[in-house]
Amino acid sequence: MRGFIVTAALAALCSISGNIVASAPVKIGMVTTLSTKAGYLGEDIRDGFRLAMDLEGGMLGGVPVELLVDDDGRDPGKGKQIAERFMQRDGVKIMTGIVFSNVAMAVVPKVVRDGVIYISPNAGPSALAGKGCHENYFNVAWQNDNLHEAVGQYATDSGFQNIYLLAPNYPAGKDALQGFKRYYKGNVAGEVYTKLGQSDYAGELAALRAAKPDAVFFFLPGGMGINFIKQYAQAGLNKEIPLMGPAFSFDQRLLKAVGDAAVGVVNGSQWNHDLENDANLLFVEAFEKTYGRMPTLYASQGYDAARLIGSALKQVGGDLSDMSAFRAALRKADFASVRGAFKFGSNQHPVQDIYVREVVRTEAGDITNETRKKVFANHRDAYAAECAM
Amino acid sequence: MNPALSLRKFVLGTGLVVLLLLPILATVAGDPYLITLFSRILIYALAAVSLDLIIGYGGMVSLGHAAFVGIGAYVVGILAFHMQDGSALASWPFELQSSNAVLVVWPAAILISASMAALIGAVSLRTRGMQFIMITLAFAQMLFYLAVSLEVYGGDDGISLWSRNELPLIDLGDDRAFYYICLICLLIFLYLSDRLVFSRFGRVVRGAKVNELRMQSLGFPTYRYKLVCFSIAGAGAGLAGVLMANQSEFVSPSLLHWTHSGELIVMVLLGGMGTLIGPVLGAAAMLLMEEVLSAYTEHWMVFLGPFLIFVVLFAKRGIYGWLSGTGVESE
Amino acid sequence: MLLFLEQLLNGLQLGVMLFLMSAGLTLVFGIMRVINLAHGSLYMVGAYVAATVFLHSGSFILGLLAAITAAGLVGMLVELLVLRRLYGRDHLDQVLATFGLILFFNELTVIIWGRQPLFMDVPDLLSGTIEVIPGAPYPSYRLAIILAGILVAAFLYLLFNHTRLGMQIRAGASNREMIAALGVNIKLLNTLVFGLGALLAGLAGAMAGPILAVESGMGESILILTFVVIVIGGIGSIRGALIAALMVGMVETLGGFMLPALLRLFLPAATADGAGASLASMSVYMLMAVVLVLRPHGLFPVHD
Repeated sequence: MRGFIVTAALAALCSISGNIVASAPVKIGMVTTLSTKAGYLGEDIRDGFRLAMDLEGGMLGGVPVELLVDDDGRDPGKGKQIAERFMQRDGVKIMTGIVFSNVAMAVVPKVVRDGVIYISPNAGPSALAGKGCHENYFNVAWQNDNLHEAVGQYATDSGFQNIYLLAPNYPAGKDALQGFKRYYKGNVAGEVYTKLGQSDYAGELAALRAAKPDAVFFFLPGGMGINFIKQYAQAGLNKEIPLMGPAFSFDQRLLKAVGDAAVGVVNGSQWNHDLENDANLLFVEAFEKTYGRMPTLYASQGYDAARLIGSALKQVGGDLSDMSAFRAALRKADFASVRGAFKFGSNQHPVQDIYVREVVRTEAGDITNETRKKVFANHRDAYAAECAM
Repeated sequence: MNPALSLRKFVLGTGLVVLLLLPILATVAGDPYLITLFSRILIYALAAVSLDLIIGYGGMVSLGHAAFVGIGAYVVGILAFHMQDGSALASWPFELQSSNAVLVVWPAAILISASMAALIGAVSLRTRGMQFIMITLAFAQMLFYLAVSLEVYGGDDGISLWSRNELPLIDLGDDRAFYYICLICLLIFLYLSDRLVFSRFGRVVRGAKVNELRMQSLGFPTYRYKLVCFSIAGAGAGLAGVLMANQSEFVSPSLLHWTHSGELIVMVLLGGMGTLIGPVLGAAAMLLMEEVLSAYTEHWMVFLGPFLIFVVLFAKRGIYGWLSGTGVESE
Repeated sequence: MLLFLEQLLNGLQLGVMLFLMSAGLTLVFGIMRVINLAHGSLYMVGAYVAATVFLHSGSFILGLLAAITAAGLVGMLVELLVLRRLYGRDHLDQVLATFGLILFFNELTVIIWGRQPLFMDVPDLLSGTIEVIPGAPYPSYRLAIILAGILVAAFLYLLFNHTRLGMQIRAGASNREMIAALGVNIKLLNTLVFGLGALLAGLAGAMAGPILAVESGMGESILILTFVVIVIGGIGSIRGALIAALMVGMVETLGGFMLPALLRLFLPAATADGAGASLASMSVYMLMAVVLVLRPHGLFPVHD
């Protein structure tokens, strides 16, 4: 009961002050995953976003902004609830932050129909890139298949003939293998779906060894990836069969937990800390200075999301009353992305270069990614044609 | 008049008035989010009350109650999926078209949840105690993995609904209308539960909780009584699932996850087990606490954990027992 | 055939891990009648402490010892502060309170160690592979785990069957009042048993460190399987826990490997793989449901 009175009073207060102060900061709602095992992903997206604000002294594109952050706990229902609160109580018009596709599928279709602009800094489910695309939905990271496609192309280019595929048994896992196979032209030695959240891969590794592939492609995000890579190395497989995957299992924080076992693994990414452009140099240095750790690709995506919003806010002078003007401004993508060239395709998903990186041990003893080569230039996703926009 | 009883009436009366007036209060306060929040509270309250029927009154500790919530929600989701898709629900043995009407979908969902509860209960009730906890968990986990593997219906991503179900004259898409529908559902279920608990049937079930052998020797087939009770609880949970799916316009396997069942148990215990109002208070307390605490610190779990231990150790009868200062209703 | 044998070895290794976890849990339940959901947290404490000590000292053995000690101490502390008050209470109270402990421990590790999963490597001595089965190199670290499990099982067998303490514990599991009447210090016995269970959980956690991601919430993944094991085995029975742990380990490992292959005989490959993976996820729970339907008290019931 007391909670109710307090919240009601607070809300009343907010709505009054909102009317008086005309130049109140633009509110941006961030629904992200800070708890559970995957909490560090949301943490990096948030920290990347905040960094962009801090570098401008609490503003984006010269417009004062206020960032509201809440933790969805990787639960779609919770994410939905937070989004509703942001819309109804705080009057948020711009949202961002969701890490996982299943949370995105619960939140995004509804909020964009209600007139909120959603900028995705991570998840890019195919349903939202194709038939379900929407003028209020922008993706500043990638469509889910993109990084897998890059690895598929790399495998074809490198002449691999017989590759073993492994992913968790859930939609993003199936999309991953689809994406890989779209560009990989060789033979599939085996295709295995593991339990979501599985921790021990001994059984899969034994079957994998018996299939004698010439390389392994796997998609196991987060802790699942740590487990798999460590066990792969312990089984001595890293010396026999090359391992490749998307960047999700090789971000900077994960590599620290995997150690030497990951060295030599090739992975696809749209960004790396060693990409040479001014925006990236500034970002990597500022991130390390502020947070005392190397940025991950998630942090780069959070940072780019903030910079994209900033570029559009600047064009409309912080005025969100005309949403179509704001959308048009966003569509221009008039900001210097840390990954270099960046623009939106017809479905408002990225058109960008994608690279392969290799995990190396530096002379200083750190384990990190080094960019090897550009696999795709101006790559578009496969679903844009289905989008009626 | 017994002072405790009048206090109880006072609590109930004020609570009801506040709930009835809430949409108006929220509009006056300029915070429409309160309507959404309290709709959720009412829905969780409904699920918690249904769970309390078996835990508090029947002594059957189920760690799989979220499965029935999930089944109810999935019926709504699957039917909505076929409506959006324009495809038939089934083509064999006869053509069956999908529906979006409340009057068709909701009873179907409740019926299916209740039947699944009857099926699962029939097997699970052969065990008791710890084994009962685990076997209900086992069935819930099987259904969870089944939902994850339903590729057509989005697998782990779930189903996004394009609109709420349709009712003649009333637009459920309006949050205020929907709030009142939730309130009505909860009140009806509370009324029916109240009648049930204090009926002959209810006495047998409660008797079986205290001393099953004695009830059996008195000639009551307690297994059948408990099974019916379990199915009714399943129906209530199914209705909660239907409302949940409509409220969030989204269905996913996370609804069936065992932690969700755990949350429902926490609500029942926090509010006061073996009472009908307790679970309602528990659901409200839990959801409000989450709202308030998570606004202060992202590490709010570090407070929630010890708080739960504290409740168990020092406030055994839950919020309701503490408020009314009396013992548990059923005793 | 070669593959099948290797999978049997994998099943054995998972079974051993589960046995280390369930031995402690089943004892605690058998003697104190307490459902302790926080058992998984002790496993996590073991892994975190082992990883931290390993990181600073570079010694695996030191990490292992520190983990066992820490888990044992934390376990006894939890027993003294919380669980002791829950003896004789309703199971529901125990579930709720120990669930509270899980939330607390998980968030505490995030506060202390951050969200970054910790790194822990296998000791150099065990980093290679051995061809136990000719033609199938097997990680020697996993063999060491199997060996450790067998040693622990032997130790427990000796403890329970050939020492006075063990007899008291067994007696406590079957009739608590009786041994209290015989003048055994029940309180001390409880704390000791709890400490022993915690120590085994810590050992399992520390040994899992090099194989798995050391992260907050890692305890819950194994906790549910542990409960499945003790319920199948019969609550309170160490022998039941051993046999059920091996059964669950085998089903979990072989299910994921054989079910998709089996379904491929009837179904198109893509459907078979998906359905097989789903069935494999469910297989352990099906096993438990079947066992409980046939034997409601598990395979080796201690109480009636």
